[in-house]
Amino acid sequence: MTADVGAGRDGGSSEGGDSFATFDNRPVGGFARVHRFLHSNPTAAPLMVLILSLAGFGFVAGDRFFTPFNFSLIIQQVTVIGILSVAQTLIILSAGIDLSVAAIMVLSSVAMGRIGVVHGLPVEIALLAGMAVGTACGFVNGILITRFRLPPFIVTLGTWSVFFALNLWLSEAQTVRSSDIDATAPALKFFGERVDVFGAQFTYGSFLMLGLFALFWYVLNRTAWGRRVYAVGDDKEAAELAGVRSNRMLVSIYAVAGFICALGGWVAIGRLGSVSPQSFYEGNLDAITAVVIGGCSLFGGRGSILGTLIGALIVGVFRSGLKIAGVEVLWQEFTVGALIIAAVAMDQWIRKEST
Amino acid sequence: MTAHILQARGLTKHYGNVVAMDGCDFDLEPGEILAVIGDNGAGKSTLIKALSGAAAPDAGEIRLDGEPVNFHSPIDARRAGIETVYQNLALLPALSIVDNMFLGRELRIPGIVGRLFRTLDRDAMRGFAKEKLAELGLLTIQDIDQAVETLSGGQRQGIAVVRAVAFGSKVVIMDEPTAALGVREGRRVLDLMRGVKERGMPIVFISHNMPHVFEIADRIHVHRLGKRIAVLDPKSVDMSDAVAIMTGAVAPPAAA
Repeated sequence: MTADVGAGRDGGSSEGGDSFATFDNRPVGGFARVHRFLHSNPTAAPLMVLILSLAGFGFVAGDRFFTPFNFSLIIQQVTVIGILSVAQTLIILSAGIDLSVAAIMVLSSVAMGRIGVVHGLPVEIALLAGMAVGTACGFVNGILITRFRLPPFIVTLGTWSVFFALNLWLSEAQTVRSSDIDATAPALKFFGERVDVFGAQFTYGSFLMLGLFALFWYVLNRTAWGRRVYAVGDDKEAAELAGVRSNRMLVSIYAVAGFICALGGWVAIGRLGSVSPQSFYEGNLDAITAVVIGGCSLFGGRGSILGTLIGALIVGVFRSGLKIAGVEVLWQEFTVGALIIAAVAMDQWIRKEST
Repeated sequence: MTAHILQARGLTKHYGNVVAMDGCDFDLEPGEILAVIGDNGAGKSTLIKALSGAAAPDAGEIRLDGEPVNFHSPIDARRAGIETVYQNLALLPALSIVDNMFLGRELRIPGIVGRLFRTLDRDAMRGFAKEKLAELGLLTIQDIDQAVETLSGGQRQGIAVVRAVAFGSKVVIMDEPTAALGVREGRRVLDLMRGVKERGMPIVFISHNMPHVFEIADRIHVHRLGKRIAVLDPKSVDMSDAVAIMTGAVAPPAAA
């Protein structure tokens, strides 16, 4: 899981011939070594939490927890939030935050449903329009943040309401029913279709989610755009001086995030079976939760998208495990809240300069 | 008189009512280390910003290799061959040494794969970074993939200098490269600068540290009240005279 960090350390400890400027490396103590390990392996801590929670719930809830059915259920429940959290990861890595991800997603899905079902246009046009809506929403966020120099928190708090209102207006506050989708544009529900894998049922949406994580792992670690996401989040001014057009980068990040949210909107139609303007209202915070528990720093520049996947799974595993163990919903919420605080406290400690 | 590699005439810059540069001239000769000294608020950083593209002057002309240039951003200046080591270094602490060196000019793997998938050529970048670190004697950094924040202040300075030298084809500007460092690390940065000069690269060296200036500079540009008031030869002037000229206590020598 952490191959991105450890890969390619070819131990270049070659001794210089007549090096005229040498710098000492400071010695490393025992405790500092743990700190340094966590510092350079951002996925290590969430991975441990995931393994421990799996073991813990396996112990408490036993056979009912470790079933293929239950795991496929966890993955299905995580799918939509997981896709939103891919978008949220890009934004948090860039030292921003997007409170409007779920609103963009719902607005995109409503656009798809209205155009494809209510207006009866070809489904390809409906999908393209939905993607365009999502990308445009992200683009607007990015422009407001860079051109008008507004804090991302405020901008997306505002656009959250704006996009939600637009979605009520566009949908006329009405749900597009499942039977109507089946009749006119069944492709909208494509990602809700299930396939059997070793006795467990997975939706195409789950595969899309995993594919998006893989794709954006590649993008963030193996392309110039991805490295610049980290650079802009780490120190926007320094990145600018080092040759990155920071504002242009930020706009592109928000636009890409909007596009991912629109994909999430398509998947959400499959998951719900209908297009509901009132759905996933809590998705904004759930996506942030997954990113934070996954070890991304809210201060930007630090974290891994694999951590986000693990973070989303941790939330899913806790919810499922507590439910099977018969814990009330309010305590599930309590636990998720405690996890967030613990994750941020951990991040603060890890972020400190080497002790 | 040799041809000037970087030259400026009559640079002027206003910030509101404040005159930061008032008809400033500047000359850099090939292969030299030119120190720029001046009191706080004399307009040194405004001059440096104009030369490095960070802030465009209101009036005046800058010539690089005799050709007039017009920089609108540091990226323009970089393209023209002027690299700047900023006082804050402009390094990204969470990124690795290699990522930092290639930020904004990443290499993609050649051929169709690189064009289609935009894959970074990490081996080529590592190899180049290692080679450049070795050339300037920074081989004690064992791991080129380690994050810059794990390095000491002097090592970071070293990375910033190597980055500038590796990509700068004409001029390297260094803004207070020794200011944040201890005595030993400051010495090493001076050694690095000598190494850069030996490779034929001219350096513009902004500093408040008079012993460093007098140790390493070939000529000293004295900045006062927004313009150049003297160019001194460190071998014929002593330190206290230079400071007196810089602060206005003594009139500059007539022939600059």
